[in-house]
Amino acid sequence: MVGEPHAWALGLQPAGGAVKEAIHDFNQLVLWIIIAVSVLVGVLLAWVVWRYRAAANPIPSRTSHHTLLEVAWTAMPVLLLIVIAIPSFRLIYWEDRAVDAGLTVNVTGRQWYWHYAYPDQGNFAYDSYPIQDADLKPGQLRNLTVDEPLVIPVGTNIRVITTGQDVIHSFFVPSLGVQKYTIPGRTLETWMRADRPGTFYGQCNQICGTNHWFMPIVVRAVPQAEFDAWVAAAKQRFAAEGGQAPAVATAPAAEEAGAQLAELRR
Amino acid sequence: MATASHTHDEHGHGHHDHTPGFVARWFFSTNHKDIGILYLIFAVFAGCIGVGLSLLMRMELQSPGMQIFADGQAWNVAVTAHGVVMVFYVIMPALIGGFGNYFVPIMIGAPDMAFPRLNNISFWLLVPALMLAVGSLFVGGAGTGWTLYPPLSNVTYQSGIGTDMALFSLHLAGASSILGAANFITTIFNMRAPGMTLHKMPLFVWGMLVTAFLLLLSVPVLGGAITMLITDRNFGTAFFDPAGGGDPVLFQHLFWFFGHPEVYIMILPGFGIISHVLSAFSRKPIFGYLGMAYAMVAIGVVGFVVWAHHMFTSGISVDTRAYFMAATMIIAVPTGIKIFSWIATMWGGSLTFPTPMLWAIGFIFLFTLGGVTGVKLANAGVDVILHNTYYVIAHFHYVLSLGAVFSIFAGFYYWIGKMSGKQYPEFWGKVHFWMTFIGVNLTFFPMHFLGAQGMPRRYPDYPDAFWGWNFVSSIGAYISVASFLVFLYVCYRTFTSKEQAAANPWGEGATTLEWQVSSPPPFHTFEELPRIR
Repeated sequence: MVGEPHAWALGLQPAGGAVKEAIHDFNQLVLWIIIAVSVLVGVLLAWVVWRYRAAANPIPSRTSHHTLLEVAWTAMPVLLLIVIAIPSFRLIYWEDRAVDAGLTVNVTGRQWYWHYAYPDQGNFAYDSYPIQDADLKPGQLRNLTVDEPLVIPVGTNIRVITTGQDVIHSFFVPSLGVQKYTIPGRTLETWMRADRPGTFYGQCNQICGTNHWFMPIVVRAVPQAEFDAWVAAAKQRFAAEGGQAPAVATAPAAEEAGAQLAELRR
Repeated sequence: MATASHTHDEHGHGHHDHTPGFVARWFFSTNHKDIGILYLIFAVFAGCIGVGLSLLMRMELQSPGMQIFADGQAWNVAVTAHGVVMVFYVIMPALIGGFGNYFVPIMIGAPDMAFPRLNNISFWLLVPALMLAVGSLFVGGAGTGWTLYPPLSNVTYQSGIGTDMALFSLHLAGASSILGAANFITTIFNMRAPGMTLHKMPLFVWGMLVTAFLLLLSVPVLGGAITMLITDRNFGTAFFDPAGGGDPVLFQHLFWFFGHPEVYIMILPGFGIISHVLSAFSRKPIFGYLGMAYAMVAIGVVGFVVWAHHMFTSGISVDTRAYFMAATMIIAVPTGIKIFSWIATMWGGSLTFPTPMLWAIGFIFLFTLGGVTGVKLANAGVDVILHNTYYVIAHFHYVLSLGAVFSIFAGFYYWIGKMSGKQYPEFWGKVHFWMTFIGVNLTFFPMHFLGAQGMPRRYPDYPDAFWGWNFVSSIGAYISVASFLVFLYVCYRTFTSKEQAAANPWGEGATTLEWQVSSPPPFHTFEELPRIR
């Protein structure tokens, strides 16, 4: 599948994995509740405006209190909020971090591209740059395509560790239900899982300077065998690219130490 | 005989009242009504700038690609300026400085504010503040968004003086707000007329009282945060720089500790205005007065302990997120009390629909829409995919651009006759309302769809799939801008009108004290203290 925005769409992007599916369920519940509340208020207003217009009701009542009514419209929202809160708490604790993560990826936001590292796959790392409009091949999406996507295996819980280097960016892939800031001096953790092979598009979602709008994210989910083959090739390729070598050796190690420290502090 | 002399007094106030000359009256003013009018003129002027920036932004977003902005930095600067100008120089001066100054003393039966000279400097601090904010646009500006998050706002990434000017502009506006808040609190606690107990105080005054406390407690925190940012930028400190042991997330906490109460600062006075307008045109007292007053107090109190819901993706721990989520949703309860009490105020009334009433009814419905999307955003679980998207833009424009601004226009049409002595043209007022209503809904409703699809905010160019709704939104914005021009025409027609406004044009429903004095009120409002039964 392809996780991307659609023209004239009204709702959320389709779900590419378990986290996003859970968000969809919860979103649906809240959406119906807020639609019901808005319709109730709209209908009451319309009724009042029609029924109590001066022509229909020349003598106004002097009622200004009704204890039961006031208690009711205090208690009803409380009940509604409890209905929302219970699944909501369950969702945030489940979304918080990966259980039995099969893979860890380090994500660093930089002005204005992404830097990905695979600490438990031999520590290789590479940069992911956006493709300029002029260089797009037919069928590639403008402002969403990158040269090197983040590749993950399908069906595996992926631990995502985010760090920042220059300013704050935000790693945001709507169809996988994942978003986390990348903050300099901080190491944050979240997780995602793609249950279907495909390409999932996202964009930087925290203002980060002049090219904030042009640092897309592409996550490509592939079957495990294909992923293993990609890792083997990627190790060679990104090690061969001379400029990358020192970064591979030092930066991810530091990030991992930071991640372990954050883990210990919790 | 008493009646006769009374009439004579009202007629001849201009002569007996010792009104100062033009310069003394408008540049050295210590009169709350004159200062209130200065604030309103200021807000309309700043509104032209803020609306102009919106127009440029919507023109850019009308179609994909870069149209009129040179690059992303220029765009970010415009985004920042639009936010800062609208929040600090349009909504706050109009509601707090303008209507607050003019009507709080009258409504509580006081001759003026407690500290008239302080009042004067509160206003005049805003003038250099706006000059700094607008001036910064011409020397590079601040490409940070109004949230000013470091490190982007640090000197490494915003090297020009524009960002410093924007920060000092906020400092001056903040000082102005703190002085104004102290003035309002003192006035409301000490200068109420005999018989005007707190529980008889008009709801607009209640709204202003809670607002003043929010300002007094939150704006100093903003002042501290931007002072640290200024020293980080200019004097080598590292409060927010991790390389020097600082922490960028600290700034987010400080900013939102101010920023969240700030959104209630912008809406509570409006809540008060809406209550008065509904009551007046329903010819019925406000329903559940005490519930309404204490709902505002509750919103103010709880509003201080929910700030980190703006930071659900900043890495705060899951237990902290759970707390802030629960606390945030609780605000829906007092807000619900207000919405239902407003409807109950109209229930059983004898409703007429002049322009201010249209704005008030529009306010209730649109504020409800903005409020319920807030309930959704409060849930960290779904905020993960809505944070910083256009869903948030839609949400806060529904509560501010359609909430606070509708309450400002409700207040404007309700009180302009009182303030200027001239009544507005009813037909053009209604044209203004309907154009704005259609325009802003067309602008902001599609943004919910864009946000749900994941369009990030502060983007001058976007993937082509977002084109459709952005185009609709831009058309809506053009209608809204046209409606603002209609508003300026309404102002022109009002002030050139030959017709003298009556002391109380709204009839028996308008019960607060401002309707018992002439239009415009005498220079010192009350010759003797009114008694409230």
